[in-house]
Order: sequence, then structure tokens, then C-alpha cells
Amino acid sequence: MYQLKGVTKQYRRGKEAVDALAGVDLVIGDGDRLVIQGPTGGGKSTLLQMLGGLDRPTSGTVELDGVDLASLPEARLTKVRAESIGFVFQSFNLIPTLSARENVETALVPLGMRAADRRERAAEALASVGLGERRSHLPAELSGGQQQRVAIARALVKRPKVLLADEPTGNLDESMRDEIMELLEGLWKEHGLTFVMVTHDSAIARKAPRLATIERGQIKVTERAER
Amino acid sequence: MFFTYLRRELRRRRKAALVVASGLALGIALVIVVSSVSSGMEQAQGKVLQSLYGLGTDMTVTKAAAPAEDGSGQTEGRPRFRFDATDGEDSDAGGKEQSSDRVMVQGFQTLSASTVSKVGGQSGVADAVGGLSLQVMKVNGRFERGAFEQAPGSAGGRAQPPGGGGGSDQQGGRVRGGGADFDVDSYSVYGTDVGKLDLGPLTSSKISKGRTFTGSEADAKVAVADASYAEEKKLSVGDTVTISGTKIKVVGIATPDSGDAAADLYLPLKRAQTLADSKNKITTVYVKAADSQRIDAVKSAIQKNVSGTTVTTSADLADTVSGSLSTASDLASSVGKWLSVAVLVAAFLVAGLLTSSAVSRRVREFGTLKALGWKSGRVTRQVIGEAVVNGLVGGVLGIAAGLGGAYAVTAISPTLTAELGSAGGQPGGGTGGGPGGGGPGGALRESASKALDISLTAPVSVTAIALAVGLAVTGGLVAGAFGALRASRLRPADALRRVE
Repeated sequence: MYQLKGVTKQYRRGKEAVDALAGVDLVIGDGDRLVIQGPTGGGKSTLLQMLGGLDRPTSGTVELDGVDLASLPEARLTKVRAESIGFVFQSFNLIPTLSARENVETALVPLGMRAADRRERAAEALASVGLGERRSHLPAELSGGQQQRVAIARALVKRPKVLLADEPTGNLDESMRDEIMELLEGLWKEHGLTFVMVTHDSAIARKAPRLATIERGQIKVTERAER
Repeated sequence: MFFTYLRRELRRRRKAALVVASGLALGIALVIVVSSVSSGMEQAQGKVLQSLYGLGTDMTVTKAAAPAEDGSGQTEGRPRFRFDATDGEDSDAGGKEQSSDRVMVQGFQTLSASTVSKVGGQSGVADAVGGLSLQVMKVNGRFERGAFEQAPGSAGGRAQPPGGGGGSDQQGGRVRGGGADFDVDSYSVYGTDVGKLDLGPLTSSKISKGRTFTGSEADAKVAVADASYAEEKKLSVGDTVTISGTKIKVVGIATPDSGDAAADLYLPLKRAQTLADSKNKITTVYVKAADSQRIDAVKSAIQKNVSGTTVTTSADLADTVSGSLSTASDLASSVGKWLSVAVLVAAFLVAGLLTSSAVSRRVREFGTLKALGWKSGRVTRQVIGEAVVNGLVGGVLGIAAGLGGAYAVTAISPTLTAELGSAGGQPGGGTGGGPGGGGPGGALRESASKALDISLTAPVSVTAIALAVGLAVTGGLVAGAFGALRASRLRPADALRRVE
């Protein structure tokens, strides 16, 4: 479970200080699905980075299962990312020289698994996103949708507690978008993950059971019945 | 994963990798060529010194040079030739042919033969043998009688005494023609101890015809001629040469292993002493040290315990080598060394900057890996690993190019000239040349005119290859350090934010 209290993140833009997040309080329960929406530069991605332990707040606490990620030493924070948090990025962020299976394996490397086990788990993860047959392909040999599936397999292969997705459909066309969203929702349900997704897409936001809107660093959460 | 990732990345960036590897290869190849050429220079200098000293000689002992005493000490040894100014009754055309030769000790500085045993008794001396370096000057020719021409109206007269010049006015007549025609020949002779032929200048030559001396020929009238001298004088085994009226039989022809021979003729030591009227005298003691690492200590011991001597080691003599060999050696050790260092530093910097730049282009990649839980150390190792492999590829290319360069130098074998010893004549105006018979006051002065042609080779040592591998790894590590520093400082949020 995430519990954020008074999270502030300040950037400097020249001599001017900009508040990307200004005293955000937020609770995300285990297995919740939260969609974050807001204008560009509103602080969506910054919030996601706080949740993922990729960045530290200027002030406030970001607790994951009672552990404050904001004050955790770098080595332990890296361990939390390696074991508990899966990331999906808008531009897939696959390693161009590695095959689909090897890209998925990169998420298992920090866990110290044996190479054979890694290969097996990666192949299973790719099969679960419908890419079992394309595991030897390089990213450049896959479509955008397929690349995002590889990225999703990479995020889930380590069986994390949390899945954080930053505009996962931002680079995809409409049909591919629906396909990816269907896949993500299916996996969320199947694995019982805590799923937090940033999106610009109103169609996706409308379907979210819980919608957080961020504007000028302020957050507003709307609860609604899932459609 | 480490090696798979590494291999794929190097393949993807093969152009940049090739640039880095080529830069390192150039530096490493230069290091190999320069070090092998330097090594070849050392060998060439060794050959030059060997031709002077002979094989196995670590140092020579000679008499310390006496201070010049306003020239009086030198005139004592100056050769004098006396000729009879006869009228040449045996010839109508001119005076009879006259010949005279003088056998002189090289440098006019001799030691007692007992010095050999004194030197041989010093700590650290494995063996010592004495030798006598001589210079023979032979003057051969005749005086021509001038013809006196009676002036018209005066009485007849005799011709001017010989040597009177081409013609002079006399009262009542003049002398026309006449004069002197003399040829001066000079050659070097080395008296060698026939009981110890394994040490001394003769060891740097091989007997190509005939034989060398036997132990029973201590005072025999036999000689071994240098091949070049024999060719010049048309000498062959069985011929005789005359020195100071003594007929000496040539029993062998010696060809030097490299460069010039130490002497034109080699004689048994006692015979040489007799000819030079220097009984129990030697000019040089050739010393072989028991341990080549302790030559300086042996030198000090001899200088301390055998007074009035000068000890010259190979290292001392090497300092006096001049000519194109010396110039090339200086070039290899100074310009070559600094050029190699400059190219290596430039290659290291270029490799470092290119690696750092490659990391900059892979910010998103490394940021993603860090987001996935890769520790900074793992990312850093990946960057360094790629750079080290790059360095090793450069090392292999560099070693190949270096070996090629060294092979080319050896194949071309440029000829270098080495001049041994400082300029400066002998006391009393004697000639130079001859075997190394002394230290700074002796051998060097005697060898003032010794010039040798040496073919340069460039042998590649295992040390040079090991140095190249070390440089390759260092180059890789330096380049990797640049990139690794950048990669380790990368914060995942910044990395991902920068490319979004």
C-alpha cells in the first residue's frame, strides 16, 4: 500500500523555483487501479517517479508498505525497484541490441537468478503477452504494439507488487491502444497488482474506477464505480 | 547477460569502436616499433663494442693517461726515420730504394705484464688476459738526384746533394730535378696471449681460412691476418710479412663477425713485445666479470687496488659511440619515446571522450536499466567491460601493426654508421685505429677513427608485447573510466526525464 504525505517536489528553472508537486497526500491500496490525468507539466510523471523510487521528494514521505522510499538509502531503493516495482514507459525503452527475450531478462538480472531460469521465466512472460513466437526478434523488428508488449512482459516478469505505467499507449494508434489496455487490465486482475497509470487519453481515464487529476502540483482524486 | 550485452553493443557501435581501437592500435604499434628499434640500437651498439672488445669482455684495464708535459713526454715516442743521403752509385737515374719501419705501442702507454695477474686476482674477476696494441709505420722510397747545369761560360760542377729540391741557382750553374719519393704505410698489430684465446679482440672474428694460434706458439713468427687487410695486401695463408726485418708467416685469415676488425695483423704476445722492444709490457688487460650485474663493483675494486690504471666498461665505451647509429639511437630514445607517449595519451583521451559520448547517447538505456533495479556498479561494469574489450581489440591490432613495422625495419635493415671514441689524436701525433687498448686515456683515443657500418634490426621482445597488452588494457580502463564516471552519476529519473 502506498501512503504519500505532504509530498512536494521543487525544480529550479533558471532562477525560478517550480513546484511540480505541492503537498500531495494520497493513499493507494493494494490491488487498486489508479489513473492519473492532467495537463502537460502538471506533475503526473513526477508523481509516478516518486511512487517508483526513481526520484525523491523535496519534502514529505512516500511510503510503500510502511517503508519511506524518500529516505531510503540508494542501494535499498534500487533493491525495492528491482523486486517490487514494474515500469512501463511511453516509448517502451527497450535495449535495441537485445532480443525480446533478452530485454525481458534484464529485469531478472538484479535478482541474481541463474541464466537458465531467467530464460525460462522470460519466455513464459513473453508467451503471456502473446509474443512467445517472437522472442528472438530485436525491438526494431517488432511493431510499436509488440514492443510495448515486450515492455509489459519485462515489467511483470519479476512478479512485482506494483505496476507503474507512464503513458503506455501514448505512442500507439487507437486499435493498438485498446489492445494494450485490455492486456494491462487483464494482467492487473490476474496478478492482483497495484496498478498506477499516467495518461493523457480521456477515453482511458473515463473507464478508470479511480481517477487522480493533477494540475499545478495539486492532486484531486475522484472515486467512481468501475465501468 | 554481461557478455551478450557487451558483444551486441560493440557490434552496434562498430564504427566508433573501430575508431577507438585504431587510435589505441596506432599508439601501441608505435610503442612496439620504437622499443624494438631501440632494442636493435642496443644490439648494434653491442656489436660495435664487441668488435672492439671481443666476446665476453666486460671491461678493459689500461694505464691512466699521463698528464702532458709541455710536449716533451710526447716527442720521446714520436717515430723517427733515418735515411742515408747517398749518391746512389748503383743507379744512374737516382738514389737506391730505402725502406724503414717503426713498431710503436698504441698510445705509448704500457703496463707491466704482471698487471694481468693483479687484475685477475681481484674479487669478482672471472678471467683476465693481457694484450699489446701496436702500430707499424713503414716508410719506403728513394731520393732522386738533381742534375747540375753549367751556366754558360762557367766551369763544370757536381750536382746538389739529394734533397736539395727541384732546382736552385748556383754560382755559375743551376741544379734541375731531383727530390724524394717516399710512401708511408701504416697498419695495426695486436699481440694476443696464445694461451687464452677465448678472451680479447680476436674473439670477435672467426678464422675463415687457415688456423688460429696454438698454445706452443707463444713466441713464434706467425700471424693471423684480418680478412680485409689480407685482401688489400693480397695476403693469403702461407705468405710472409716483414715487420722490422722479421719475417712473419701468415697462418690464418680472420673475418670479423660484424664491423671492422680490431687489428690488421694478430701476433703472439711475446713476438709482438719483441718487435716493439716492449718486453713484459702490455697495453690492455681484457677482463671478464664473474657476474655481469656486478661490473661496477669490479671496476671500483680494480681502480682501488691496481693503481695507475683506468678501467673502461662497455657502458663507458657506449657513451662514446657517435655517428648515425648514435643519432638514430637518440632519435629512438627521445623523439620516438615522446611521439609514442603523445600518440598514446591522445589515443587514451579520444577513447575516453568517445566512450563518454557513447554513454551520453545511451542515457535512456542506462536510466531504464537503473529503473529496473540495476545497481550503478553493474551499469559501470558494463561500460568498462565494453571499453576494455575495445582496448584489447586495439591492442591486438597494435601488436600486429607493431610486429609488421618491426619486421619491415628488419627487412629493410638500414645501415647505420657508428664512430667510436672521441676525436683526438694520439700523443706525439700517432695514428688512430687498432684494437681497444685502453680506457678514456687509451682505448677511446686509440679508437678515435674507428667507424663501423651496422645493419639495424628491430627485434620484438616478450616484454614489448607484454607492455603493449598492458597499454591496451590501460587504454580500455581509461576510456571506460570516462564513460563509467558519467554512467554512475546518472540518476534514473533525470535520465528518463531528459529523453521524454
